[in-house]
Amino acid sequence: MKDIAEIRADFPILNRKVYDKPLVYFDNGATTQKPQCVIDAVTEVYTTYNANIHRGVHFLSDMSSEAYENAREKARSFINAGKREEVVFTSGTTGSINGIAFSFGERYIKPGDEIIISHLEHHANIVPWQMMCERKGAVLRVIPINDTGEIILEEYLKMLSSKTRLVSVTQVSNALGTVLPVNEIIAAAHSVNVPVLIDGAQGIQHGVVNMKTMDCDFYVFSGHKIYGPTGIGILYGKEKWLSELPPFQGGGDMVDKVTFEKTTYNELPFKFEAGTMNFTGAIGMARALDYVNSIGKEDIAVREKELLSYATEKLSGINGLKIYGNSVRKIPIISFLLKDIHQYDAGMILDKMGIAVRTGTHCAQPVMDRYGIDGTIRASICFYNTKEEIDTLVVGIEKVISMFA
Amino acid sequence: MTISEVQDSIIEEFSLFDDWMDKYNLLIDMGKELPVIDPKFKVKDFLIEGCQSKVWLHPDYDGKIITFTADSDAIITRGIVALLIKVFSNRTPEEIISTDLYFIEKIGLRQNLSPTRSNGLLSMVRQMKLYALAFNAKSN
Repeated sequence: MKDIAEIRADFPILNRKVYDKPLVYFDNGATTQKPQCVIDAVTEVYTTYNANIHRGVHFLSDMSSEAYENAREKARSFINAGKREEVVFTSGTTGSINGIAFSFGERYIKPGDEIIISHLEHHANIVPWQMMCERKGAVLRVIPINDTGEIILEEYLKMLSSKTRLVSVTQVSNALGTVLPVNEIIAAAHSVNVPVLIDGAQGIQHGVVNMKTMDCDFYVFSGHKIYGPTGIGILYGKEKWLSELPPFQGGGDMVDKVTFEKTTYNELPFKFEAGTMNFTGAIGMARALDYVNSIGKEDIAVREKELLSYATEKLSGINGLKIYGNSVRKIPIISFLLKDIHQYDAGMILDKMGIAVRTGTHCAQPVMDRYGIDGTIRASICFYNTKEEIDTLVVGIEKVISMFA
Repeated sequence: MTISEVQDSIIEEFSLFDDWMDKYNLLIDMGKELPVIDPKFKVKDFLIEGCQSKVWLHPDYDGKIITFTADSDAIITRGIVALLIKVFSNRTPEEIISTDLYFIEKIGLRQNLSPTRSNGLLSMVRQMKLYALAFNAKSN
């Protein structure tokens, strides 16, 4: 593995200062920074072969179409999906889940049917299902969590019934960092023939994700959370589902034949890719996946585990600091509060010290409600962060305490 | 003092400090001087939406001037509300409606107090002006 100085040199933004202080970027859960190679890939599209894909007969269009399809192949290989037909580009995790919630609802859901999610979901894996349930008269069931921030598996097993049509859970909690036991969740659902969607928004960038071994029916993630551009993401779906589901958007490129009487749809995966897709984003994301491969997914996981345990130890040592989410299976997200200090006050002062953390509910209000709090301060760390930066955070927190306590 | 004079005095007070930490400490001190809101007004009806921290704002109109009291669960936000109350409280609805707020730009905390941040500054100003509009309409 490259050493940390080399890794950091790959990310130009990590060199910048904010308020004359070196940037300490601990908001990777919201979005990650981009290595130079991704920035270059996007620039390269616009400077050398920008043209709409799958349309023109001209040279540039061929070139961009080929780069776009190569990007699909990269994404397929990254998650070890069986076929390129199973890999659909979308605008991101939210777009992917909304699409499936719509199409799945239209095709399969009847009044009284049940969809299961967990108490750890981000709003993006709650609201689309609520909208679908309202439309179809279905019922949303929620797997409860314990105080440690883990789902209670026995409750889930009790929830699965002949009414269950789909289970949609996150791989990793964005608010607490908990890694969910997705293999057990999927196996239990499959034993009663229920498909499972895994929200990989916080999972894909922290380890090895393999569709063959995970065996979920749908897997979704966003490019911008794995060092790629914003506005691009993946919807993986097993072919048997994707071929049965109706499209969630209509427009150009997703059609086979259009008359005013009847339209027939294009083959997979194009059936789900209406209009001009974000091909630049797709090409940039593919470069990001290459980059992650070049660093090594296992090595990233090892390094992040080390940073998590260092940060947990250091932060736990601060008087009055309480960490929310204490599962032994975590990615490097530390959600915490300081005794008698509002998270917003803390965030404002940390910001002035050049430290970027997120404060608030992290688009996961039910998680906050579960703990009876309005929000937390969240430091979300990734492999390009350092122990020195964690030390800076500790100094920052101590400053906050001295100002407000 | 006119509203402009109050704004100028705030600008002057903040200009004494170059260091951001001192400016924040001033803001924190101002938050401590915030006129106490009656606890019975710390309810949903007086809660301002759009803030990451909770802000309760209560207007009292005596037919001539509006007196605001407020509170927040975050100390910096309480300081921001205190600044707005300095400017807007004990003023007629017409004065409040017609005031151009320029002190925020000038006190060197612009980045933190700008409407794009989630402190809800904009929501607070909007709510104060809405109260002024409503009282103005009622008395006309």
